[in-house]
Amino acid sequence: MIQLKNIRKSYLVGNSTLEVLKGIDLEIKEGEFVSIMGSSGSGKSTLLNIIGLLDELDEGEYILDKTPIVDLSETKAAQYRSKFLGFVFQSFNLINFKSALENVALPLYYQGVSRKKRNELAMEYLEKVGLGPWAEHLPSELSGGQKQRVAIARALISDPKVILADEPTGALDSKTSYEVMDLFKQINDSGITVVIVTHENDIAEKTDRIIRVKDGLIVEPSHV
Amino acid sequence: MFNLDKLNEVYHTLSSNLLRTILTAFGVGWGVLMLMVMLGAGNGLENGVKSEFDGFAANAGFMWTRRTTMPYKGFKRGRGFEMNNADMKALESVEGVDVISPRNKIGGYRGANNVVRGDKTGAFGVNGDYPQINKIQTYRVMTKGRFINDDDVRERRKVAAIGERVYEILYEPGEDPIGTYIKINNINFMVVGVANTTRSGNDAEEDIQDIYIPMSTFQAAFNYGDVIGWFGYVANENYKPEEVQALIMDKLKSRHSIHPKDDNAFGKFTFQERFESMNNTFAGIKLISWVVGILTLIAGVIGISNIMLVIVKERTKELGVRRAIGATPYAVISQIILESVILTTLAGFLGLLLGVGLVEASDNFIKHQVFLNPTIDVRVAAIALSIIIVSGIFAGLLPAYRAVTIKPVDALRTK
Repeated sequence: MIQLKNIRKSYLVGNSTLEVLKGIDLEIKEGEFVSIMGSSGSGKSTLLNIIGLLDELDEGEYILDKTPIVDLSETKAAQYRSKFLGFVFQSFNLINFKSALENVALPLYYQGVSRKKRNELAMEYLEKVGLGPWAEHLPSELSGGQKQRVAIARALISDPKVILADEPTGALDSKTSYEVMDLFKQINDSGITVVIVTHENDIAEKTDRIIRVKDGLIVEPSHV
Repeated sequence: MFNLDKLNEVYHTLSSNLLRTILTAFGVGWGVLMLMVMLGAGNGLENGVKSEFDGFAANAGFMWTRRTTMPYKGFKRGRGFEMNNADMKALESVEGVDVISPRNKIGGYRGANNVVRGDKTGAFGVNGDYPQINKIQTYRVMTKGRFINDDDVRERRKVAAIGERVYEILYEPGEDPIGTYIKINNINFMVVGVANTTRSGNDAEEDIQDIYIPMSTFQAAFNYGDVIGWFGYVANENYKPEEVQALIMDKLKSRHSIHPKDDNAFGKFTFQERFESMNNTFAGIKLISWVVGILTLIAGVIGISNIMLVIVKERTKELGVRRAIGATPYAVISQIILESVILTTLAGFLGLLLGVGLVEASDNFIKHQVFLNPTIDVRVAAIALSIIIVSGIFAGLLPAYRAVTIKPVDALRTK
């Protein structure tokens, strides 16, 4: 599903370049449940952003679902994200003036799905994450765990092949974190590839495979 | 481009900081308001000034004598001369002349009381006229009786048509004036008609304080011999008034031994000439109105652009999220431009309504002749509105460009 070969990425910081990824080789197969672990500054988020087509790679080869990702225009990238990928963020990133239902429906809006159809689907997904009764609530009226579940429903609604989650439990207490991880497990069980970036061992241990990143390189044999 | 969701988002963006939105909108609204008020005022001024031409034949002109300004045939410059009945007869055969109507006048505005009827007196303008004066001054309408006619002139009858105000001053309300007598400079005249005017304001006030008697009677009664003070003419449809004016002058120059190039020996006036020079003036006023109005509008549009930049900056993270979940750059750009256009159009439309309202209202309390019917026609409003919409698009371009040039990953990283 995801193939990375010798991925390099550096940023310009002031006058010097900071090399964040120094040659990452990685393969994630369809239906895997993977976590990317590393300390702050290890490059794990950059790696996720590159996988998520939110950032461009400097060097290397990236194949997403048999599609080589080369010289992507921003429009093309947006279309791929919309088609292949679902994002879950640490700070939920819900749009605060939209109800839970509207937030979940938003990706379909950008795919040009009619209002009626996408609201129906959004309701379906909200019920899947157990938030049916909260459909009309604004994000500010939801708890952290609920917000993250809305975000997960939003990531799922466009029927993606891969869910990318950047520290999805970073803002949650451990009980809620485990609930969210259980949800990811269910999603994975339905056949969707799930990639989670975290720095918490207990969260990473819930996944089937842990990829450890240190100083821009993968440091351990990737199979546990 | 348009749909309910986009409008809903526009509403949220604009209402999330209402005061800021209103202040921003004010800039554009004010620009449009200024434009409308200036155009309306210019229009009012134009209508007011041009209304002076109402009631006259469009291709009419007037001429009177002055002093010569060139020596000729042994005469020195500065010689005075007078036109006479024979001149008028001769002018009737000048090419291009349709109507010639000579006129003499005594008394009038601020003059001494010159008209008496019983114990009532008044100061009125008394005109020696020909009936064809009505072909030049088309504003006169008879409310009672008739105007003077050719028989009156030929037989030198002592008859008079009087203005409406003259009647009001000299007669009791309801009294029938036809066949009664009034004394003009101690000479009895029989009233044959009462005249009103179609003009309004000061002009009308003057029109109805006049008395009209036959030219022949005027010259005999007031010792004018065969002298003519001035005359009006109408050019026929094949000639411009200026051309006829030149031909008439040539004729008069040869009859009075005036240098062929001495045009300044005559006082002259044609409506068309005045009309054209006024049109230039009003075109200038209009141009200034548009320029100033649009410059003001641009200041407002820059304000909108500025505030849209602030809004885009505030929403950087949200726009990043939207792009992460599949919003294409086009979707983001069109959203921001739509916001800008809606804000600009709303503000502009309010300014437009207010401006038109103000202009219309001013018509009710400015009752002066130089300011008449200050309207803004629909076409101008439509042009203004399309300028507003286009400028809304321009105002949104830079902020929209800013919103998509930042990479999604950087947009997501902002707090």
